[in-house]
Amino acid sequence: MLIIPCPHCGARDYTEFRYGGDASRPRPAHGTGTVNEWHDYVFVFDNPKGIHREYWQHVQGCRQWLVVERNTATNELSRAQLAREATRT
Amino acid sequence: MSGASHRLPTGGRVQRGETIEFEFEGRRLAGLRGDTLASALLANGVTLVGRSFKYHRPRGFLAAGVEEPNALMTLGNGARTTPNVQATVTELRSGLIARCQNAWPSVNFDLKAVLGGFAPLLGAGFYYKTFMGPRRGSWMFYEPFIRRAAGLGRAQHKSDPDRYETRHAHADVLVIGAGPAGLAAAAAAASGGAHVVLVEQDFVPGGSLLGTPATSAHEKWRLKLVAAAQAQPTLELLLRTTALGVYDGNMVALLERHDHASCDASRGEAREVVVTLRTRSIIYATGALEQPLLFGDNDRPGVMLASAARTYLNRYAVAAGRRAVVATNNDSAWHTALDLAAAGIPVTLLDQRTTADAALREGAAKAGINIHWQARPLRALGGKAVTGVLAALESGGREQRFDCDLLCMSGGWMPAAHLTTHTGRKLIHSVGIDAFMPAGLDAGHFMAGAVSGHFALSAALIEAVTAGAAAAAWAGRPAASLPPTHLPVPDQACGFEPAGAPPLRAGSKAFVDFQNDVTLNDLIAAHDEGYESVEHLKRYTTLGMGTDQGKTSNINAIRQMNLLRSTSAAETTTFRPPYVPVSVGALVGRAIGRHFRPIRRSPLHDWHVANGGVLIEAGPWLRAWYYRWAGNSAAEAYRQEMRVVRTAVGVADVSSLGKIDIQGPDAAEFLNRIYVNGFAALAPGKARYGVMLNDDASVLDDGTTACLAPHRYFMTTTTAQAGEVMSWLEFLLQTAWTDLAVQVVSVTDQWVGMSLAGPKARVALELALPGIDCSDASVPYMSVRELEYEGMPLRLLRLSFSGELAYELYVPADHGVALWERLLARAAPLGIKPYGLEALASLRIEKGHVAGLELDHRNTLDDLGLGKMASRDKPYIGRELRGRPELQAPERWSLVGLECLEAAQRLRGGAILFADGEPQVGHGRGYITSVTWSTELDKYIALGLYQGGLKHVGETVNCAYPLKNESVRARLVSPLFIDKEGARLRV
Repeated sequence: MLIIPCPHCGARDYTEFRYGGDASRPRPAHGTGTVNEWHDYVFVFDNPKGIHREYWQHVQGCRQWLVVERNTATNELSRAQLAREATRT
Repeated sequence: MSGASHRLPTGGRVQRGETIEFEFEGRRLAGLRGDTLASALLANGVTLVGRSFKYHRPRGFLAAGVEEPNALMTLGNGARTTPNVQATVTELRSGLIARCQNAWPSVNFDLKAVLGGFAPLLGAGFYYKTFMGPRRGSWMFYEPFIRRAAGLGRAQHKSDPDRYETRHAHADVLVIGAGPAGLAAAAAAASGGAHVVLVEQDFVPGGSLLGTPATSAHEKWRLKLVAAAQAQPTLELLLRTTALGVYDGNMVALLERHDHASCDASRGEAREVVVTLRTRSIIYATGALEQPLLFGDNDRPGVMLASAARTYLNRYAVAAGRRAVVATNNDSAWHTALDLAAAGIPVTLLDQRTTADAALREGAAKAGINIHWQARPLRALGGKAVTGVLAALESGGREQRFDCDLLCMSGGWMPAAHLTTHTGRKLIHSVGIDAFMPAGLDAGHFMAGAVSGHFALSAALIEAVTAGAAAAAWAGRPAASLPPTHLPVPDQACGFEPAGAPPLRAGSKAFVDFQNDVTLNDLIAAHDEGYESVEHLKRYTTLGMGTDQGKTSNINAIRQMNLLRSTSAAETTTFRPPYVPVSVGALVGRAIGRHFRPIRRSPLHDWHVANGGVLIEAGPWLRAWYYRWAGNSAAEAYRQEMRVVRTAVGVADVSSLGKIDIQGPDAAEFLNRIYVNGFAALAPGKARYGVMLNDDASVLDDGTTACLAPHRYFMTTTTAQAGEVMSWLEFLLQTAWTDLAVQVVSVTDQWVGMSLAGPKARVALELALPGIDCSDASVPYMSVRELEYEGMPLRLLRLSFSGELAYELYVPADHGVALWERLLARAAPLGIKPYGLEALASLRIEKGHVAGLELDHRNTLDDLGLGKMASRDKPYIGRELRGRPELQAPERWSLVGLECLEAAQRLRGGAILFADGEPQVGHGRGYITSVTWSTELDKYIALGLYQGGLKHVGETVNCAYPLKNESVRARLVSPLFIDKEGARLRV
């Protein structure tokens, strides 16, 4: 199945990771945001065919959260960055 | 022992010097090394080997390989019984025990065969129409009988004594199938040093070449191909290994079978191994599967695929009959006719076409084969064995009967392209072969030979060498030298004409799916009722849904449905892994029993075991449930343990609590954000109970966090949510709050935790740790002290889960046993005892503390009566969505206490709550989450959720437990059952 190229640990089987959901939209800043904004952030997701930015955590490795770009149609991974360094493109 | 009546005196690839004895239906028989169970049975003249699934019709061998739909047998006995094994792929081994299935009392005399007489009632959709009608209850009544009558072999319930393994492997190039194409492709791919894994499901490499005469040029070529492959130092040939499925990321699941070697589990030998192979590129050389012709009673024993008859003849030296008819719509079956004739078997050839390959025609004439052109079988004759065939000659101009005991048929070939579709690719219809082939492949995937529709050996060889070179290059290890692509043997003729619609005779059945008993009439019925699409057809008739997954039926069904619909729009159903049936044991491997999942143990585990602790699984943890000092059953012991805590002092192992070390200048701000209550002002030396929410405002977890020093905190979480909370904190710090200077580290395994609780807890502590000031002034309620005692780092927290005066002590894991034993020894005069998880959980119910059963990620802070904890002065996670009107609705199910009102009854977790007097139907007004016997109140008490919650305190409810047909009356009360003022905590 998926091989995720962890920036710290190298290419690892996806079973070492946990999935963390959509990484495409920013979390409202702490203490800000209306109910509607939080509602959309928590409950409303796109389901794109193609590139999807998503969080994965290397729970059985370096414990780092990654932002991975995965093609939902082919499961091809085009990019994996540390979440704290992730740039939006 | 009967002689091998049908074994030819010479020829074949069996070892005549090595006789192997086996048992079939209680009879002792003998075969040869190199036989399959099927070839050995045929050699002994056994042609009736099973009864069909639905109609209990007598069945024989249709095939000689993995596509066999009929010859499913139960192998072994006792705990080693394995049902539904294909005799055609079972390598004969000494002592093998085989039985037929789905027949009673015997395969030769099957009482259920009378079902065949009712066949018109049992057509497609029979189950649905009969049993899913207006009176659905009748299905419940009939189902067990139907399942018993229509079925495959039975599994047994004993534990499997064999050993199974899983392993991981890597390759540059995986070649699937060691026929001529696979062998040539693998040799080419490995020539530049690529690590090539070549897998072959058979126990002999060679594929279709194994069907050629053992003295032929083809056999010499096969040996040469095998030798060339084996000469490659980086090529690994795995026989008896089937590729089950192809997954994303070039992961392929392989099944290795070791059955032939009588594996000894006690020596660690595995019967089957599932291999997870990661490869850079894949070459599919999976060949093709011959398809049956459709005509009346084409399922009679003795009717078989032409290539199968040829394989039995040439590979196993077994004459499947003494007088043969070969019916075909293509050239390939002519080879069978020629080889049968060469073995001295009289052959009649019925070819629906007007001509065939010139060399074949010439050979057939020379061999004295009786050839009829434009001839098709109408109906097979005979019952338990075929006795002849009624054929339409001269395009139906006249009919003639031919006697035979072997009727070979060939309806063309279907590329075995199943694996190429597992990653989501479709097959396309190829007009030339009237079958499906891959439309394209994933990047790094290649194919060679019959799977790509190239049935001619010459084309397959060229394609194989090209694919081998391409796959090696893709893997980054280009081929160095390529094998010759000139075919050194006569080529295979591939003339073919679609069979078209069969001329059907009333009163006979033409089987499309042999395993699931789907006939041409069922297809017509499905078409008449509108189930035309292949997906509907499949579900309506069960076509292709047997263990063979329609390897000999899908393509014929699609061809016939297209004829019925007058269309050429062709689609297949989805082929899914596994390609062949695989035992559950092999998939599970060693993950059984204690290896099912990792077990977490406390550093005090051995002490518990050695001192009467009875263990229980709590998530991944094995925890002390209760101790034998208190009783011989949990029900007895936990009450005794509760009494000790309430009246004297007890100590419990709480090492499984999640422990998180939090440090950094922004740690206080961080805690203040994640907990609903304030943590910004928590001073060093103080501890605080906190609750954290998910973003959606459901409660995530609760626990205590202590401030050890400025910027340094020690958090505890519940056992159940420890991993979740840790990941959550890491998520926040690494994604949204990267500006906070905070580090979090799990120290769950580094610290042993013990809870010392009871009115005499302080005295116990003073006895165990003399010199430490444990007074209320020095260690007040909700405080923490970080100490070192005789070289042992010690964190002493004053907090209580039980409601009694209590402490939590944390020491590094290595010191755990020493401190635990010291507490028990020094405080022995006080009557101190260890108490287990059951008492721990019961004490908290009396005190009304919520725990895992209440914290189910569905309840809000307010549902659990904790709303007042939330700060009004600061933001916290979940605050925004907590305000949603639905979550503030007054009639939400919220936390209540319950007291049992019936002395002779008990409350049960999961019981559904109904208001007094209302009918006990539906989901009720709530349910019980946690139950215990209260030693303080002398009755059963419980926590639960109830519509409207505490507004209803004092009312009587009925606690319904339909599983035991119980309904028990209880009173709604405050969840705080004891010490409402908290006086016991602050002494």
